[in-house]
Parts: sequence; C-alpha cells; structure tokens
Amino acid sequence: MTKTGHSATYEEVQKLHPLYFNIVKKRLWWFAISLLIIIPGIISLFMQGLNLGIDYTGGTMLDLTFNKAVTQSAVSDTLKSVGLEGSTVQLSNNDTTALIRTEALEESKRSELLNALGTQVGEYDKASLKEDKVGPAMGQELTRNAIYALIIAMGMMIIYITFRFQFVFAVSAILALLHDVFVVVGIFSLFQWEIDATFVAAVLTIVGYSINDTVIIFDRIRENEPKMKRSDSYEDMVDKSIWQTMRRSINTVVTVLIALLALFILGGESTRMFTLAMLIGVFSGAYSSIFIASQILVEIKKRIKKPRRGGKEAVRA
Amino acid sequence: MRRGNIIKLVVLVLLVAAAVGLSIKPLVDPVGGIPLGLDLRGGVHLVLQAEQDKDGTAITKDDIDKAKAIIENRVNDLGVSEPIVQADYNKERIIVDLAGVTDPDKAVDILKTTAKLTFKDPQGNVVLQGEDLKDAKAGQSQSQQGYVVNLTFSSEGAKKFGDITTQLIGQRIGVYLDEDLLTNPTVNTPILNGQAEITGYSTLEEAAGDAVLMRSGSLPVSLSIAEKRQVGASLGVDSLNKSIHAGIYSLIFIFLFMLIYYRLPGVVADFSLIVYALIVLWAFWGFRVVLTLPGIAGFVLSIGMAVDFNIIIYERVKEEIRAGKSIRAGVESGFSRAFITVIDAHVTTLIAAITLYLLGSGSVKGFALTLGIGIIVSLFTAITFTRQVLRWTVGINPKMKTFWFGVRGDV
Repeated sequence: MTKTGHSATYEEVQKLHPLYFNIVKKRLWWFAISLLIIIPGIISLFMQGLNLGIDYTGGTMLDLTFNKAVTQSAVSDTLKSVGLEGSTVQLSNNDTTALIRTEALEESKRSELLNALGTQVGEYDKASLKEDKVGPAMGQELTRNAIYALIIAMGMMIIYITFRFQFVFAVSAILALLHDVFVVVGIFSLFQWEIDATFVAAVLTIVGYSINDTVIIFDRIRENEPKMKRSDSYEDMVDKSIWQTMRRSINTVVTVLIALLALFILGGESTRMFTLAMLIGVFSGAYSSIFIASQILVEIKKRIKKPRRGGKEAVRA
Repeated sequence: MRRGNIIKLVVLVLLVAAAVGLSIKPLVDPVGGIPLGLDLRGGVHLVLQAEQDKDGTAITKDDIDKAKAIIENRVNDLGVSEPIVQADYNKERIIVDLAGVTDPDKAVDILKTTAKLTFKDPQGNVVLQGEDLKDAKAGQSQSQQGYVVNLTFSSEGAKKFGDITTQLIGQRIGVYLDEDLLTNPTVNTPILNGQAEITGYSTLEEAAGDAVLMRSGSLPVSLSIAEKRQVGASLGVDSLNKSIHAGIYSLIFIFLFMLIYYRLPGVVADFSLIVYALIVLWAFWGFRVVLTLPGIAGFVLSIGMAVDFNIIIYERVKEEIRAGKSIRAGVESGFSRAFITVIDAHVTTLIAAITLYLLGSGSVKGFALTLGIGIIVSLFTAITFTRQVLRWTVGINPKMKTFWFGVRGDV
C-alpha cells in the first residue's frame, strides 16, 4: 500500500489512550473479579436454583386489568372458591392489575375462574387480558431444545473460529462466552428474577454478541501476531491489540447499551426481563472480550510450547 | 470531480428520502404491510396436542392431517386474516396462530370442540353418524364426467345407510361437519352394499377437500391445549407503541452519538443506517416475517451490529490516517481491513442465528430470523452503499482536514 508512515507501535498505541494501563499484566485481577461474580452465582444456582416461570414449570398465568382497584384478599378468596388454593397473586398498577399464576387450567376451569373473578372481584377489561398456558411437558421441551441448540451452536462456532483463527482462539472465545452465560444466569438466580421463555432468546443473543465482540479483538491479535519481532512478548502484543481496538469496543458497547436501555425503560412490561438479561449480558460480553477472552488466550499460549513466532499459524492478514 | 461527487451525493440523499417516504405506507399497511405477531396486535397462539384414545391405537400422520384439515376449516370460518395452522408430525401437534382475532375466547371455544360428522334427512334429523363411515376417498367418476367422493361404510353403517337410502329415494341427504353443511347429494337408488358415491364435483381438489373432512368426522384423536398464549388487542397495541417509542429514542441517541463522535463519517454512518433499516424492513416484508417482540429485539441487536460495523470501519480508517496514509488511501485500506474483521464476527453470529432458527421454537425462531436477516443486510449495505458513499464524500475534497474524520492533528 502506501510507503509513507508505518503501523502504530506499542508505545504509540499507549500514548494514544490517556487512560492507558497494562491490561494483560493485571489479568489475574480480571479473573478474580469475574470469579467474584460467577462463584456466588453458581452457589446460588445450587442452593436456590432459578425462579422458573410457567413457561418451564407448566401452568396458567393470567394478567388482568380491572376497571377499579381490587384487593389481594378478594382475588385470593375467589381463587380459593373455585378450588385453586395453591395459586399466587401479584397486584400492580395501583392495585388494578392482577397477575395470577395457577396450575395449568383446562378451558372449563379457566372460564369458571374468569367468571368468578368478574362477579366476585370486579369487572375487568377483556381487551387487555393476557393469558399464557403451558402444559408441563412443553416447558421442559423448551429448555432441552435451547440447551441442545446452544451446544450445537457452540460446536459450530468452535469449528469456524478454529478454521479462521486457531483452536486456542476458539477455546478462549467459548470460555469467555460461557463466562457471560454464567454471569447472567447466576445473577438471575441470585436475585431470583423470574425466568420466562424469552430468557432463552436473551441468553442466546448474549452468546451472539459475546462471540461477535471477542472475534473483533481476536482479529487484531491474528493480524499483529505474525508481525511480532523476536524480542516482543506475546503479552505485549495482546495488550497492544486490545488497546488498538479499545475505542471500537467502548463505542459499540455504548451504542448497544443505549438501544437496550431505551427498550428497558420504554419498552413495556412484557420485554422488561428480556432486556434486563440482555443489558447484563452485553455488559458482561464487552467486559469478557477485553478482560477475559484475550487473557485466557495469553494463559494458554504461555503454557503450551513457545510458538515459533508467527510462522505457520498466521492465517491470512 | 468535486462537483460531480456533490451532485451524486445530493441525488442519492434525495433518492433515499423519496424511498423512505414511499416505503412508510406499504410497510405499515395493516393488510399488506409487515405482518405483526399476536403479541403486537392481540390474538391467540395455540398448541394442540393429539392424544391417543383409550384403546391405545397409535396416532398416524393421516390422523394429524385430518385434524389439521378440520382446524383449518374452522379457522377460515372465523374470518381471521392470515391465520397460521401448522402440523408437527413428530410431536403429534397442531399449532394455530390467530393474530388480530377480536374475541380469542370464542375462537378457542370453536377450535376445541370435537368435529362431528352427521348425515341428516331433509327434516334435519340425524340419520347416520361419522362413526358409521369407514372411509371417504376422492376419485374420478366412473359413470359420468367430473369427480366424486367414494364413501365406504362399516357393516353396521352399510345396513343403516341401506335403510335410509331406501326411504329417502329422490330426496337429499345433508352431510354436516358440526353445523356446517359439506354437501347434500340426492339419493338416486337405494345403496345396500355400503359403497356410496357422491357425484358432482368439478375438480379433484374440491372432492378431496370434502373427503378429508368426512374422514375426519370419524377422527380417532382428541386434541388438548398444550400451550396457549392469549394477548388482548389493546395490550398488543400498547406493546407495539411502546416498542416503537423505544426504537425511535434509541435511534436518535445512536444517530447523535455517531455524529458527535465521528463527525463526517458519522453523517455517512447515519445515512447508511437509514438505508440499512429500510432494506431490512423491506426484507421482512418480502419474506412475510411475522414481527413479534423477540423479533424486534433481534432487529435491535442487528442495528447494534450494523452500527458496530461502521464504528470498526471508521476506527480503522483513523488508524490508517494516523499511520500516515492520505484520507483517500486510508478509507480504502481501512474499509478492506475492517471488512475482514467484520466478516468473521458476522459469520460467527450468523452461525448462531441459523442454529437457533433451525433448532429453536416459536419466539426463539422469530428472534433468530430477524437477527439473521439483519446480519446479512448489514454486510450487504456496508459493501454496496457505505463504501461508495464514503468514497464520494472523500472525493469531494481529498485534501480535507483529518479533523473531519475525528483524527487529531497532533498524533
């Protein structure tokens, strides 16, 4: 290409960023921070599990908006009167909206309940009724399908990244991805936020985002690796690559977070948990791309035999 | 050169503006526009599970087909626009999507009643029931022109049918599915052997359609509701409005961010994003993608990736300029290099999206589809559009200050 100039040196890259610090050297800190979030999450998963919604456990969920404020006891008593003692009721919106969770109801039982609610509690708006019924077998099927899909997707991604980069890159990327999944699932378990069908979609999106973000940085490492001189350390090269892509990493995560935040605040109740999972996941995805994926790569590279610099592994630049 | 580029760009801006103006109406048209899912306009989604009857006979593919035919028939009676009825043979299920149905309760009521085939005399008395019918097949008439439905009765049915046809000679027998009259043939001769022929169909399809429904009358499977998702109409509209609201705000933020941070290329990016969104929406329209809430989320994520693509290009261009290249050379090599970067990232995500589409169900599928389309369009827009506009923009004045690319002079 042009003869003037040269690609930036490590020193130049450092000078370009006013907040520069050596990310790779501090990698044990980053691992520690991640473990600090993931370990409580995993403990929580074992101790209290996840707050699974009816999408997984099976059941009926009714979301009714009454024409005037109602009381918790009126709704509960009505449920009891039709023989649905084990149900839960959650009031919101100045006590006009009731979220009722019961076992999976047959159509006749459902009509009985709705009629009883209409007469004993108060008139409700039919046009804003939301109802979900999931048979017990369906929920398990959904989870099984999603896990199955995720494993297949990870397998495919490992193959692709190995083909385009190296196997080590693929392993690091997948570990970073699992990191993000565990962060999100762990936090949802810790706070016992309810998990519905869209959670699966959210986790899978996070997987997509995390991989996308990691691959961008790996691409720079792939580009810089063959240019290493004998005196350069792999750590410095990775650190340089991370900082060269730092502006992009930050700007991208900022724009995506803006979009998600708008959805979270303005997007209405039905997408709230979905966007919350995505917000946490995208943040974690951006973090793990910079602070985890590349650091795992460095750790693995250090442990396997010193690679002859560049050499055969230089996939096309 | 200079003036030529300015003219090209102005024409392009006008063209895109016109395209946006002309696209709004056909895209959001309630009938021909992008179809909205039931979560956005109210409706009901049902998964009906076929269940074996007491004697435990296995459910066949034919049973599912029969059930599907009945359901389709009933759904069409409901007068819902674009109903979706799918059969899942492996899991022995029928999936029904009725978006925009005004009274979901009634729809469910109608769908869940079991179909019943009856033969009635002219006075409306039931003379024969579906159980007495063994089979109904469409075929070509042996004796005259046109197509027929051949009925085979069980031995008991044959006896009954023989009696009826002897009594009702010259009169009409009505064949009803629930309350709907399927056909009312005239009895010409007494039929004693249990083999009847209903004549007078002009096409084979017509005959086959009725034959399926008649066979269905003696359907052995009962259907139970395995999954039901019902959204009231006003709730759906509310969700749609909120999503659009959120979408507009996030777009404004993203546009401003790109403008302030990237200046001139930021303008190009914003312009590209408009074109990008337009192509994606037309793609949704073309593929009849039913837009649902998770689908919108997939779209938002793909916008994020399209913005990312622009960011990667401009960061790379900046680097190339800093490394001493002219703006024009910087744009060329920056774009090429960024493209290699982005291709790998996009393909990896696309692999995830395709896997989800193939293996996922329901909402996951909708999400994967919009994400997948978004990723492909993102690549397409960048190669065809962003690159060219960037070239033209740089071509206006190749000696323009690097400031306009967000590169400070001192580095």
